[in-house]
Amino acid sequence: MTLDPKPDDRAVRLSEGSGRPNADAAPSAGSGLSTISRATYFKEAALQNLFLVCACVAVAGVALIFLFVGWRGWPIFAKVGLFNFLGGYVWHPTKGDFGILTLIVNSMLATLGALALGAPLAIGTAVFLSEVANPRIRDLVRPAVELLAGIPSVVYGFFGLVLLRPIIAKFSGGLGFGLFTVWIILAVMILPTIAAISEDALRSVPEGIREASYAMGATKWQTIWRVLLPAAKIGIIDAIILGMGRAIGETMAVVMVAGNAPVIPNGIFAPFLTLTTVIVMDMPYAAGDHRTALFGVAIILFVISMIFVATIRIISRFGKEVG
Amino acid sequence: MSDTLASHMTGVIPTDNHANKFSVQKLDFFYGDFNALTDITVGIKENAVTAFIGPSGCGKSTFLRCLNRMNDLIPGTRNEGRVLLDGNDVYAPGVDPVDLRRRVGMIFQQPNPFPMSIYDNVAYGPRLHGVRKKAELDEIVEASLKRANVWKEVKDIMGRGGLTLSGGQQQRLCIARVLAVEPEVLLMDEPCSAIDPTSVQKVEDLMAELKDRITIVIVTHNMQQAARVSDYTAFFLQEVAGEPAHLIEYDRTASIFTSPRDRRTEDYITGRFG
Amino acid sequence: MQSRERVNKTTTNRIALGVIWLAAIATVGALGTILLYVIVNGIGQLTPAFIFSWPHGVNMEGGIWPTIQATLYVTILAMLITTPVAVLAAVYLAEYAVQGRLVQIIRFAADSLASVPSIVMGLFGLAAFVEGMGMGFSVMAAALALAFLLLPIIMRTTEEAIRAVPKYIRWGSYGLGASKWQTVSRIVLPSATPRIITGVILAAGRAAGETAVVIYTMGTMINAPILPTQPGRTMPVHLLLLAQEGINLPAAFGTALLLVLMVLAFNLTARYIVSRNRRMLG
Repeated sequence: MTLDPKPDDRAVRLSEGSGRPNADAAPSAGSGLSTISRATYFKEAALQNLFLVCACVAVAGVALIFLFVGWRGWPIFAKVGLFNFLGGYVWHPTKGDFGILTLIVNSMLATLGALALGAPLAIGTAVFLSEVANPRIRDLVRPAVELLAGIPSVVYGFFGLVLLRPIIAKFSGGLGFGLFTVWIILAVMILPTIAAISEDALRSVPEGIREASYAMGATKWQTIWRVLLPAAKIGIIDAIILGMGRAIGETMAVVMVAGNAPVIPNGIFAPFLTLTTVIVMDMPYAAGDHRTALFGVAIILFVISMIFVATIRIISRFGKEVG
Repeated sequence: MSDTLASHMTGVIPTDNHANKFSVQKLDFFYGDFNALTDITVGIKENAVTAFIGPSGCGKSTFLRCLNRMNDLIPGTRNEGRVLLDGNDVYAPGVDPVDLRRRVGMIFQQPNPFPMSIYDNVAYGPRLHGVRKKAELDEIVEASLKRANVWKEVKDIMGRGGLTLSGGQQQRLCIARVLAVEPEVLLMDEPCSAIDPTSVQKVEDLMAELKDRITIVIVTHNMQQAARVSDYTAFFLQEVAGEPAHLIEYDRTASIFTSPRDRRTEDYITGRFG
Repeated sequence: MQSRERVNKTTTNRIALGVIWLAAIATVGALGTILLYVIVNGIGQLTPAFIFSWPHGVNMEGGIWPTIQATLYVTILAMLITTPVAVLAAVYLAEYAVQGRLVQIIRFAADSLASVPSIVMGLFGLAAFVEGMGMGFSVMAAALALAFLLLPIIMRTTEEAIRAVPKYIRWGSYGLGASKWQTVSRIVLPSATPRIITGVILAAGRAAGETAVVIYTMGTMINAPILPTQPGRTMPVHLLLLAQEGINLPAAFGTALLLVLMVLAFNLTARYIVSRNRRMLG
């Protein structure tokens, strides 16, 4: 999309005005038009550059994270090899076993379970907010969703630990730590993320499309299922990916209810350790290669989260192309 | 076709004792690759009211916004040709569009008071340009509101938010706001299309009062309004969708409405299209 | 045949809408359960003594004042660091940026920063500020790490707030001969301020409830920090440690309730500002 064939002309403007000050800043003869004064030009340009620098702090942030976490974590890749690090399934750092495959699988298990429980609930809530609820009920439910997003993760974890865990222990017969408890807590935690973004996506479907569907004799549900959800699907997929990102990166809530055993759980009520919780559990005593390995885990987590972000970008670009 | 039109046009630019405030020469305007306006040559008379009429999408508002370089604010736009204000090209390199817009004020279709008090709305411009003294500001604010025919309605509620006024009052407040920076030209982009009939009357009255000292250009959909308020009228038309619009006819308002020279002008003012 | 189809259609419709209602009820129910449980169990704890005195003994008897002070301190400091940068960055993106490679990179970076797991941000703060720059466990190190966490959040809400200011209000200002900066500073930012403040308050709530970042940058020592170079234990960290060690459950409930009340207060304030602003603009 090249709009302006004369890039030096007005496409890139400094002060919403013309390009640059007249070198000989003299107004043309008579009651001529005044030219941009050097002072104004430099002030506006300086401010714009200041704002640009602020915007670049975000880029610097990402770079710094890579730099510092990488600086601390990279040696473990060099030592055991990236392949062994990612592919080894034994995590026994005090014996020199630094395989995190188990942890990756466990993080995936926790995330996918939470999605399976939370995503339908969240999308249902989004549909409710955008299509079903009358304004009064909506004004009650939407703040609830926002509040859920605001509750600190440590409170979720605490709630899971003191209320949920004993209940689950009772009917499962174990201690109540484990996958199932984590699923429930994570499902509630990712619910507001997915619900809010899905609701936005549903709302941005033009009103005319709904009316057209009703006019053809479709019921509300048929309109939702066959027209609105497909029309909003890119936004909903984005929402789900963001929810996944939130679940896989969640730490404190998980550490309090997961039980934290570094094995693949042999059942949904068995304790397990994930990429995030291993850091919390081991950090207080880890030293040497062990500590380096924890930073290595952090690098992997960061890369995973960036892959999610990139995926969302690609999907929405693709979505724009198809329609 | 546009060549013949242009030569035709120069012949019809009204000549009388009014000097040209703006003279526009062979202006072409582009949104990206789209040529929205082509070959506009027109002289806008000083201290008179000029109306731009034509069907929607005929480029009259776009042209209006070329006169004070408001189109600069839209990325990807450019123009060719010249726009001279008192003989000086407003698009010449180095010209400060910010100062140009102080001299060439603008009123928009949608009344757009700032979300601040009535007083601060009017004082905004003078403050921008360095007036600091309270007494001086008070004086400017009062004078501007009076000239804009809205003083009586707001003089006791100067501290209230500009957005609390009715649409018509808001529009007159916006006119006062522009008058406060003492522009030489006032560009009005369909100023009456979003306000109530009584306010329309007031705005039209004040245009008549202002034109002694200010050059006014008004874009309007309403031909009765053009006939009532303007001294000169220019008719714009985009004949084929996707093709650039151009100026069809420009003359004294009386002549345009009683004896249009162009068939298309006649069709438009008699309501045959648009 | 046709009538049976219609019955089918309406039945499906009813069932499906019923399920959607259930989803909404479950969502509200989840919030209600958490709030109610924390309030019922914590309300007895909320005495002036609990809030304003120091904990003592191995069981952390007594109050939690130092953790409250540490939480407020680090939150305010982080907000002071990040808000100006984030707002100006948003001004750049909303008002100045021309679509291009640089803006794409900035947006991708902001999105990435927003999705960095907080535990990673905690280790970053540990490596960069605590150890790399030699700040040690300190309020300053935690505030800096939190600032990076909050930056994209405030940037996004501010950019949305700026974009929500109608174009024609800007035109009014430009039409009077205002320069870009004059228009941005005198018209656009003041108009967007209520929504910007709302975003900042919600971000502050996020900072105050954050655990993983502060535990690796401020440490876990009970201390009422005065200087930004001092360490401290925030309320979320206190709650985590009480819960993990299984000691003094009542204090844990009290801390949890205070945290939830804080979030509630932030939320209601933000909501109030939005609704007041909506009324003012008519």
